[in-house]
Amino acid sequence: METDNKNGGRPDVDIAALRQATSEGHTPRFWRSLDELAGTPEFRDHAENEFPHGANDLGAALDRRELLKVMAASAAFAGLTGCTKLPTQKIVPYVRQPEQIIPGKPLFYATAVTLDGVATGVLVESHMARPTKVEGNPDHPGSLGASDAFAQAAVLGLYDPDRSEAGIHDGRIGSWAEFQNELSAALAEEKGSSGAGLRLLTPTITSPSLAAQIGVFLKGFPSAKWHQYEPVGRDNVREGAKIAFGEYVNTVYRVDRAEVILTLDSDLLTSGPGCVRYAREFSRKRRVENVESKMNRLYAVESRPTSTGGMADHRLRMRASEIESFVRTLAKQLGVAVAAGPAISSSVPPEWIPALARDLQQHAGASLVVAGDHQPAIVHAMVHAINHTLGNFDKTVYFTQPIEESPINQWQSMGELADDIRSGKVTTLLILGGNPVYDAPADLGFSEILPKVEFSVRLGLYEDETSALCHWHLPQAHFLESWGDAKAYDGTITLIQPLIAPLYGGKSELDFLALLNGQAGKTAHDIVREFWQAKQVGVPRFDAFWEKALRDGVMADTAFPSKPVVLKSGIGAETPAAFPQGLEIIFRPDPTVWDGRFANNGWLQELPKPLTKLTWDSVAMLSPKTAQRLGIKSEDAVELKYQGRTIVAPAWVMPGHADECVSVFLGYGRTRAGRVGTGTGFDAGWIRPYATPWIGRGLEIRKTGHKWALAATQTHNTMEGRDLVRVATLDEYRKKPEFAQADVEKNPLSLYPDVKYEGYAWGMALDLNACTGCGACVVACQAENNIAVVGKTEVLIGREMHWIRIDRYYEGNLDDPHTVHEPVLCMHCEDAPCEVVCPVAATVHSSEGLNEMIYNRCVGTRYCSNNCPYKVRRFNFRLYSDWETPSLFGMRNPNVSVRSRGVMEKCSYCVQRINAVKIEAEKQDRSVRDGEIVTACQQSCPSEAIFFGDINDPNSRVSKVKAKNLNYRLLEELNTRPRTTYQARLRNPNPEIEKAAAV
Amino acid sequence: MADSPTDKLTEQRQPVPILGPGHDYASVTDKISAIVLTRKTPKWWILGFAGAFALVMLLLYAITYLFAVGVGIWGIQIPVGWGFAIINFVWWIGIGHAGTLISAILLLLRQQWRTSINRFAEAMTLFAVACAGIFPLIHMGRPWLAYWMFPYPDTMKMWPNFRSPLVWDVFAVSTYATVSLLFWFVGLLPDLATLRDRAKNRPAKIIYGILAMGWRGSAVHWYRHETASLLLAGLATPLVLSVHTVVSFDFAFTIVPGWHSTIFPPYFVAGAIYAGFAMVLTLSIPVRKLFGLEDFITMRHLDNMGKVLLATGLIVGYGYMMEAFFAYYSGSQYERYMMLNRMGGRYAVVYWCLVACNIVTPQFLWSRKVRASVGGLFAIAMVVNVGMWLERFVIVVTSLHRDFLPSSWGMYYPTRWDIATFVGTIGLFLALLFLFIRFLPLISIFEMRSLVNEEDKKAAE
Amino acid sequence: MKKETIYGLMAEFKTSEQLLEAAHRTQSAGYRRIDAFSPFPIEGLAEAVGFHRTSLPLVVLIAGILGGCSGFFLQYYGAVISYPINVGGRPLNSWPAFIPITFELTILFAATAAVFGMLAMNGLPTPYHPVFNVPRFALASRDRFFLCIKARDPLFDREKTRQFLETLASREVSEIEI
Repeated sequence: METDNKNGGRPDVDIAALRQATSEGHTPRFWRSLDELAGTPEFRDHAENEFPHGANDLGAALDRRELLKVMAASAAFAGLTGCTKLPTQKIVPYVRQPEQIIPGKPLFYATAVTLDGVATGVLVESHMARPTKVEGNPDHPGSLGASDAFAQAAVLGLYDPDRSEAGIHDGRIGSWAEFQNELSAALAEEKGSSGAGLRLLTPTITSPSLAAQIGVFLKGFPSAKWHQYEPVGRDNVREGAKIAFGEYVNTVYRVDRAEVILTLDSDLLTSGPGCVRYAREFSRKRRVENVESKMNRLYAVESRPTSTGGMADHRLRMRASEIESFVRTLAKQLGVAVAAGPAISSSVPPEWIPALARDLQQHAGASLVVAGDHQPAIVHAMVHAINHTLGNFDKTVYFTQPIEESPINQWQSMGELADDIRSGKVTTLLILGGNPVYDAPADLGFSEILPKVEFSVRLGLYEDETSALCHWHLPQAHFLESWGDAKAYDGTITLIQPLIAPLYGGKSELDFLALLNGQAGKTAHDIVREFWQAKQVGVPRFDAFWEKALRDGVMADTAFPSKPVVLKSGIGAETPAAFPQGLEIIFRPDPTVWDGRFANNGWLQELPKPLTKLTWDSVAMLSPKTAQRLGIKSEDAVELKYQGRTIVAPAWVMPGHADECVSVFLGYGRTRAGRVGTGTGFDAGWIRPYATPWIGRGLEIRKTGHKWALAATQTHNTMEGRDLVRVATLDEYRKKPEFAQADVEKNPLSLYPDVKYEGYAWGMALDLNACTGCGACVVACQAENNIAVVGKTEVLIGREMHWIRIDRYYEGNLDDPHTVHEPVLCMHCEDAPCEVVCPVAATVHSSEGLNEMIYNRCVGTRYCSNNCPYKVRRFNFRLYSDWETPSLFGMRNPNVSVRSRGVMEKCSYCVQRINAVKIEAEKQDRSVRDGEIVTACQQSCPSEAIFFGDINDPNSRVSKVKAKNLNYRLLEELNTRPRTTYQARLRNPNPEIEKAAAV
Repeated sequence: MADSPTDKLTEQRQPVPILGPGHDYASVTDKISAIVLTRKTPKWWILGFAGAFALVMLLLYAITYLFAVGVGIWGIQIPVGWGFAIINFVWWIGIGHAGTLISAILLLLRQQWRTSINRFAEAMTLFAVACAGIFPLIHMGRPWLAYWMFPYPDTMKMWPNFRSPLVWDVFAVSTYATVSLLFWFVGLLPDLATLRDRAKNRPAKIIYGILAMGWRGSAVHWYRHETASLLLAGLATPLVLSVHTVVSFDFAFTIVPGWHSTIFPPYFVAGAIYAGFAMVLTLSIPVRKLFGLEDFITMRHLDNMGKVLLATGLIVGYGYMMEAFFAYYSGSQYERYMMLNRMGGRYAVVYWCLVACNIVTPQFLWSRKVRASVGGLFAIAMVVNVGMWLERFVIVVTSLHRDFLPSSWGMYYPTRWDIATFVGTIGLFLALLFLFIRFLPLISIFEMRSLVNEEDKKAAE
Repeated sequence: MKKETIYGLMAEFKTSEQLLEAAHRTQSAGYRRIDAFSPFPIEGLAEAVGFHRTSLPLVVLIAGILGGCSGFFLQYYGAVISYPINVGGRPLNSWPAFIPITFELTILFAATAAVFGMLAMNGLPTPYHPVFNVPRFALASRDRFFLCIKARDPLFDREKTRQFLETLASREVSEIEI
């Protein structure tokens, strides 16, 4: 592989030497996992020997434990490949099929994906009792039918061959029965001290039934303590509310009512609770039908560029620490009495804040100010005050009781736990989920103190860093294998039902607590059901209610009502301390692997991160100016020294990043993630101190002289003056409605007559005004179409396989450019250049005008790709699809063939979905209804940027969209006549600021 | 050899003869057939062949690994879907063309000086085409299905897509290979008879006897033989033009900036002849030296080939200029960017090397002195060989690596396997050539005899 | 007349001019079944031995036309009749794209016909031929020229013909065993 790496367009990287520089325990086994992914011969040799994957850990000695593990795995695989087992309890299929949902053979079940406790409802497609695809649940307030990339990648998480397959007791296989004995013994001991030494550590819990169970458990052990911890927690938000209202509340935004929005270092549209819904509400407020249409206006003030900032009409880059001062200045302007903050070093155009303030005031009650989760509590408090002054309460923002079952300051609680362990107070520690050894602040030293605990138990999906240091590791059930419930961003009760019995005999948190509470034999299903039955005393026929709830995935109208709040006075009155000097460092969750929990998910690893388009790595981001000052270039390996800890990271020069500030991302540098995630990137958590987990100053950075090759899927960032993404301001559009169609030939020349398509003619339209570049569609496509993961070295060469990609271009100056996104997939050209050149007619037109790729006819000349001006074709240069790992077979979409080596592939407009619907329609002797066919990308898109349908039908949604004068074809002048067209991007800037900027 | 009298281009009116003095039928026959029949295999031959054969083994190794793992072992990617394989294909095919040109077109033009070089020029054609033919097969993702390119009634009831230039290639190249082989064999027939009659040992007699098909030089046979040769020449001439035209269609037929150009056919053909003559020079100079054939391949031949090289070189240079001009004149921003990218982009070095090799270097051929110096000609020919390879690199890679959407732009870097395969085919080419000069007359004996006859007539007058 | 036990008589010459001259003389002497052998083609020799035109060009022409037609039909059949399919919005019979292959096949057929036609008309391969029985005939492929009067010739008479041939300044005359 190292040859490929050499030829990947990057200078040689001696990764090994490089990583030696990193602190101990951070030396990765990076190439190995990639060899596996890239399917090199060495790898296949291993795959072909008698053990399945993971058995022969590619060279690592096979000790007894691994062997046993493997045997367990093989047994599990045998079970899986033989026949999958349905859960024993009754689960209810999602039978009511609204227009947007694809009917067809597979069954859909409603369940929910949770991230940091917040549930997003999903429907999961199940073939022969095998969950294969996650879709948004239209009935769920947090989804409205869409979903994010994490949800889309969940199925790979379920079938991940590296998932923990058996209990491990001090390095040996241990059965649940054994564990139960040890546990009851341990608990019996604790009973004596009424649990003084007993600690329970969980992630954020929003599940009422689980909380109830924990309640029961704690009742039994009054002096036991329950800690909750999230590495990417929302303590600042909670504490901000406490400052503002004296109590914890849950903040819910009504983006659909906001005309003017200001985000403060917040990625409102693509991360955090409710982001999927917010993105949809936001894009709907921006959708332009004609010159009369109105648009909302988004101001973004942020330190590192986010997708939200990319959508902003006005973006101001500012160091995260200075945003507090910005808020204070703004608050003053709006007449909120706050003390002034230290001066802002980042340049703020003088007219900016006054104009912004005026705009907000003019839209009082229809404006919204949002602070980022990682901003200090006081900022959140002042933002509440501002929203209050603007009269936005109960209009664009409202408050409810917290959705957390026990809202606490998790950071503090984690600190206490660490202290207790250190002082030997803790005798029994039960860790449910999470991965504190990896993701707790390094200076809490969990890896050192955890072994001090006499009896430590870990329930986890993977046998990871934490498991390794616990006496007991127990396999956790994936949420697709579990019963449960959780709350949505607005408190709506969301039910989780399993689609498949646990592959490896894992237990869910509920099962586990049943075990703790000595309710052995009681299933999670019973617990949840009984819990709600008890709650629904009033309901006459509980069974009917329960069935409906399960079917819909939500309990109707359980969203928390708006909660009256009283704003305290004198918020932000005290003058804040001046900033310490020095280079700023900010810690952020990684956009695709989040806090590291998705590190072993190949889809998310290879999903190009929004804006940077990087895969397989995390970076230390800094602005062009700062990089210049420090003499750092992208892909330089730099040493970051912060609060006495150092780590080596690849630098990335990021246009639009705040100056004198370095962003690093959590979630990488895992040491026990699995074959995919282990050793990718660097562990920013290593230098993340307990005291300043989000924003800090005094970072020292120096070049190591090494290079660190980074695999970006897009290396050229400007449009070279080509008319690829057509942008105008709303005013310009009103003045010149045809601006996007300037170059359209009224009657384009052609030697040959047009082909007429009777019946259906499928076409697509993409709204660049809506696309936030979040990447959900990319993963959705990957899941739907069995697209292979190729690994970093192959991405470096330029061989990623995604059928849909999101191009990102910068306009304007390097320091603070405008960002535009452009999803590009097969254009299904009427006069397809790719088809004519194929020597074996392996890609031809269907009777409905689809540009079809016939895999088994393809001989792989790659001529079609050369002649595709959109470069949407992808080639299997090697055997990329995994034909060995049994667990992955269950994941594949049976309606899409898995491609082998030497074959070209590309977007098919989800032809399998088209045909499924057509067959259904023919059975009912009717024609396909508009909106009945939904492509995978369209289905997942939170901001409704994708339209698909029959362009022969003038009344179809897609035809109407294409009829708009914003509609244009990519590379129109080539006369390939694509079926996929684009809606020009519009910006709605504040005239005052625009004018000032002009002069 | 510079001191031998025939090498000095004297300033007298009529140029150096195309045949050394004092030769009669017997002497030419004996001298040429002796190389094959009587002389003992020279050391340099054994060494040379061994080296070439080693490279053939390398080729086999590279191809075996390729079939085992896939074209992923090469540097190709998206957007650069074609790399060394296609570059080498076009390069080899181009080299082949000079052979056909010398044997066919010069025959029609009654250029007698062709006589002594056409035989191994044709051989060179065959071997070059053999090397070229390998690449379209192995560059496929699934080479074991290569036969799908041919029209045959199959169970899938499928046919090739006859609109695809790659299918045109299949027909053009296979036709070219067939016709070249036939042409070559027809020319060999009488000489095989000579070898049969002069062979000392039995096996040689039998083998050459079978190959000679019982040729006995009957007047009537000669008559039909000449007719056939002329007809073949007449057919091969448009063929050789069409073959490289079709090869150029592989590019011109697409919409890729830098490929989509109407000038490609003529400019490719010129380039092919250019490359071909360079290769003929590269081969004939050492051969005439090693076998002491200075009397048959005289300075006159080298001088003429130098002139052809210069002429075609100028045409190619014109092609480059026109490409640049079209790019500007087309008004298409993509074409313009492509040209600027070639000249100033990340592969600019290659482009300027190509200009230096293919346009600047041949200008030395204006000087008689250079054309008179064997070393000089050899050096220039070598440079042109390299230059023509670079030309194909520029066309294939720099056009693809930055086409329409900047988001998809990328860089192509060859891997060790790319290089191994290329070097391997050079080995194959040389190995075949070594076998040829050892076992077949590398100069057409019977044509030399008629040449002697002509010279005698001239002398008589 | 009586059946001859030999194939004919063969005279050997030193130069092409002598052979040509001899051939003419033999013709005018009334011999018709004659043949001449030379190490390289000699202009006019074929006519001198009474051979005037070959039909090879006609054969090649026909083959060429045949090749062209079959070339185009092959493509038309494949693309229009046998498996009609919409490729890149082009019409089924996109004839301009069919020209190259039509052309190539024309050449292929014609060239093949030229070579195999030539061989066939020359009756090659001929593993055995009586003339090879003349020991010195091996020189026919080096520097000697031969004239042969076949026994089948009506005027043929061992003695007279031998004497006639000896008058033609031939180096020597030898009999050709069958």
